[in-house]
Amino acid sequence: MKYLVLLVGDGEEAPWSSLSADEQAALMQKFGEFGAACTAREGVAILGGEALGGPEDATVMRTRAGSVTLTEGPYAEALEGLGGFYLVESPDLDTLVELLQALPRYDMQISPVLDMA
Amino acid sequence: MSPAEQDAHLLLADVYRADWGRLLGGLIRRHGRPDLAEDALAEAFASASASWPADGVPANPPGWLAHVASRRVLDALRHESTARAKAPLLAVAEAVLADDDGFPGADLRRGVAGQSPSPAAGRLPGVDVDDRLPLLFMATHPALAPEVRPALALRFVLGVPTADIAALFLVPTATMAARLTRAKGRLRAIGVGFTMPDPQVWPERVDDVARAIYLAFTAGYAPREGEQVVRVAVAGEAVRLAALAAHLLPGQPVLDALTALLVLQHARRDARAGPDGDLVRLADQDRSTWHAGEIAVGLATLTRLTPGTGYAEELRLQALVAAFHDTAPASGATDWAAIARTYAHLENLTGSPIVRLNRAVAVAEFAGPMAGLAVLQAAADQLPGHHRVAVVRAELLRRDGDHEGARTAYGQAVATCPDGPERRHLLRRLASL
Repeated sequence: MKYLVLLVGDGEEAPWSSLSADEQAALMQKFGEFGAACTAREGVAILGGEALGGPEDATVMRTRAGSVTLTEGPYAEALEGLGGFYLVESPDLDTLVELLQALPRYDMQISPVLDMA
Repeated sequence: MSPAEQDAHLLLADVYRADWGRLLGGLIRRHGRPDLAEDALAEAFASASASWPADGVPANPPGWLAHVASRRVLDALRHESTARAKAPLLAVAEAVLADDDGFPGADLRRGVAGQSPSPAAGRLPGVDVDDRLPLLFMATHPALAPEVRPALALRFVLGVPTADIAALFLVPTATMAARLTRAKGRLRAIGVGFTMPDPQVWPERVDDVARAIYLAFTAGYAPREGEQVVRVAVAGEAVRLAALAAHLLPGQPVLDALTALLVLQHARRDARAGPDGDLVRLADQDRSTWHAGEIAVGLATLTRLTPGTGYAEELRLQALVAAFHDTAPASGATDWAAIARTYAHLENLTGSPIVRLNRAVAVAEFAGPMAGLAVLQAAADQLPGHHRVAVVRAELLRRDGDHEGARTAYGQAVATCPDGPERRHLLRRLASL
């Protein structure tokens, strides 16, 4: 089944902007390892994944009584730290959780994708 | 009811007790739907209850049940797929049922007629892992709320009736049924597979199993209103689950320690309540009603354990305390110094103020109430307003001869204690001053 993994917070990792170039490279290495581990695992595939612009670059769109309003984001304080996402195919949750541990120790939300077929 | 009909009911009850977990595991392994599988198996047993007395018991009862339940799961899947027109899924499922070689029930159908299932064996022919193991791990999965894992473990692995589990946790049956349904639905929605955990996470997962079973057991002993007899009986099911887990996962100190602890505590069950359901203190219990055989089993398990770490060590130390109590021929012969030392180790390990409270009681027993009160003070600071602190203070002050102080403390305890047997017990203690 498919899962959307949201990287919602730094967790134990220091903020990206506070890291040296070397430290950032080390974290990027982990993203690479995650990708490789997923490719190597049977039944697992990364269907998509991107880093996201910071909260200052987010825009919130609301429609009320037919009228659209745009405001500076993020939608909620809880989403200040939303830094990226992955869409992953995995045979089960435990496999995905095991593989996600290759990533930096971010806080993540794992949401199952509904099969609308 | 004719003797043959009675025999059929008895046989079905035996099969239920011995095989529920394996049958459920087999269904989930084949169809991957914990939510549908459990309902289907329950219906299969209900169907057997109606037809076996009348039509005779089948040559292979577990195989019959597995087959009927599997058909029901497929029916349910067909129902769902009609709504979503997933014909390919249906074809695969039908092929799986028709394929005799892959279906565990087929082995049983072809098996020796009339052979009753052996509870100790627990393995279906041709299958490497006992199906109850992935079932146990599934029920205690960390992605489930900790509060629902004990209930789900009892339901899945032992087939304890939902009504009994509800009684254990002091909620209405409909509430527990809804909780279990949500949990099964969540297992399906988040994609928890019917597998053994990865070796990497094995220690935490086994700890999770132990914690869930421990919670199930202690729920049966929580001194609150509710059918005491049923709750203690269901606590007994938790003991059985602990022993089963230790049997299925040999060489896991946390499960051996858990089994020892539960057996040693449960052995005292018949002495805990007076004739009108009132609490009887350990010191006042009729030790002749303690189950000596069970105590022996608990001790044998405990003495094989060596000091360890983490949750396994916590349980081992608690089991040691239980053992010191269980081996004292009379209350006055209890080795309180040893108990106090054990609580001290436990306090170092966990930092728990409740443990400190218990240590205060033990210290008072061999060093006098003032010594106990000194130990109590530190616990009191960490547990403001907790009724147990006031209870212990009251008992120690009473023993020291300070009846005024004891009266005040009993009053505080009564004021903060929830309604039920414990509160009534405190009122009696207060009245007897």
